[in-house]
Amino acid sequence: MIRLAEIRKNYPTRLGPVRVLDGVDLVVRPGERVGILGRNGAGKSTLIRLISGAERPTSGAIERGMSVSWPLAFGGAFQGSLTGLDNLRFIARIYGVDPAEHEQFVADFSELGIYLNEPVKSYSSGMRARLAFAISMVIEFDCFLIDEIIAVGDASFHQKCLLELFEKRHDRAKIIVSHQTRYIQDHCTRASVLSCGKLHHFDNLDEAFGFYSEAPPPALEAA
Amino acid sequence: MPAVPDSIGQPSLSRSWKIQCRVVWALLLREILTRYGRHNIGFLWLFVEPMLFTLGVTAIWTALRSVHGSQLPIVAFALTGYSTVLLWRNMPSRCVGALQPNLSLLYHRNVRVLDIFMARLLLEGAGATISFVALSFFFIAIGWLEPPEDVLQVAGGWLMVAWFGMSLGVLLGAWSEESEMVDKLWHPAAYLLFPLSGAAFLVDALPQRAQELILLLPMIHGVEYVREGYFGSRIVAHYDMGYMALWNLGLTWVALVLTRKISRSVVPQ
Repeated sequence: MIRLAEIRKNYPTRLGPVRVLDGVDLVVRPGERVGILGRNGAGKSTLIRLISGAERPTSGAIERGMSVSWPLAFGGAFQGSLTGLDNLRFIARIYGVDPAEHEQFVADFSELGIYLNEPVKSYSSGMRARLAFAISMVIEFDCFLIDEIIAVGDASFHQKCLLELFEKRHDRAKIIVSHQTRYIQDHCTRASVLSCGKLHHFDNLDEAFGFYSEAPPPALEAA
Repeated sequence: MPAVPDSIGQPSLSRSWKIQCRVVWALLLREILTRYGRHNIGFLWLFVEPMLFTLGVTAIWTALRSVHGSQLPIVAFALTGYSTVLLWRNMPSRCVGALQPNLSLLYHRNVRVLDIFMARLLLEGAGATISFVALSFFFIAIGWLEPPEDVLQVAGGWLMVAWFGMSLGVLLGAWSEESEMVDKLWHPAAYLLFPLSGAAFLVDALPQRAQELILLLPMIHGVEYVREGYFGSRIVAHYDMGYMALWNLGLTWVALVLTRKISRSVVPQ
């Protein structure tokens, strides 16, 4: 179980702190698929970083009763001057996984061919996304955090991603943030809406979508 | 498929230690690859570079018949002096601004700000140490240098200088996240501290008043201690390792407080 209680997060600006999250509560149980909707700038990525533990909240408590992934399909956790394989080795070492066991999977899945031995900075953005997704499937988590951009690569690669994530790992919890209702509709069992720093919970998806369609854009003003 | 159990709840101290070692090791290997690559001599640069520095300085001082206030051979003098400078001076230089290019790594929860500093410090310390030891063996082998009189004392002094460099490194590395001034001021400071650090003279050769002032600097105690271990009876060393340890403790404390502070505010990219 993941439990967030009274999470507040401020960011400094020249005009004083901006409160991006203002008392967010959230509970995610094993196997649940939770969608979090929010407009651009509503604080979705901030929330997902806080849940992942990459960043700390200004106040409030986060309890992780299961292992939680880093924000998934995220391409930035790479060192551009390292090759794709070296990046795999690095991430595998961090999580205590033997990289050699997974090189074949990453090679097959990412379809990068000889480019796995080239520096990541020579990749196209689609190639990077494929590598990122392949590497994130190497480490097994109880809960996957998915930040928007799962629609990587072309249609057939997208299908492979869906298969890995939602069919082979159907028993894992997932928290998916997006500004599109469609993606949440397809993959989530319930949804919450992030608006004006608050996270609003709903019993069913339609109620969430209804609320979301009327949610105001983020104010982005200093307190 | 079993899930990675590391992040469940609050791990025990021994488990945390294991994770930290793993992360620092991964960062260290990655650092070697990004810094030295797989081209030409690769990671050998780690200690070849400081060796070239030390050899160059040794050559210049020898050619100029540098005055250092003792009867020691210049090679011995330069090796002990310049190696210790490399040790404590390169560590902060590698830590200042170390975080910005590595912000994306913080997406992995187990990677902490301190780990990024530690990986760089260990690498820098290893490079300087290998260089110092290798050159010592080389000069001893060709007869330009007597073996150290007390190897343990040399090692102890070396570790104290390393501790000083590491605490200063983390302190300045963390501080440089808060203020760009640190990067700007560290370079002139390091440059100006070099002639004062005891690398190029023995404290004993200075007038009384100058000795008192120069011994306010912490690293000079480590240098003198290393030299006494090396040359023992042939020089009069001035040091107070308790004073240096106090400095190191203070620096370490401030460094950890600053690191903790920026860990709370840093935003992964």
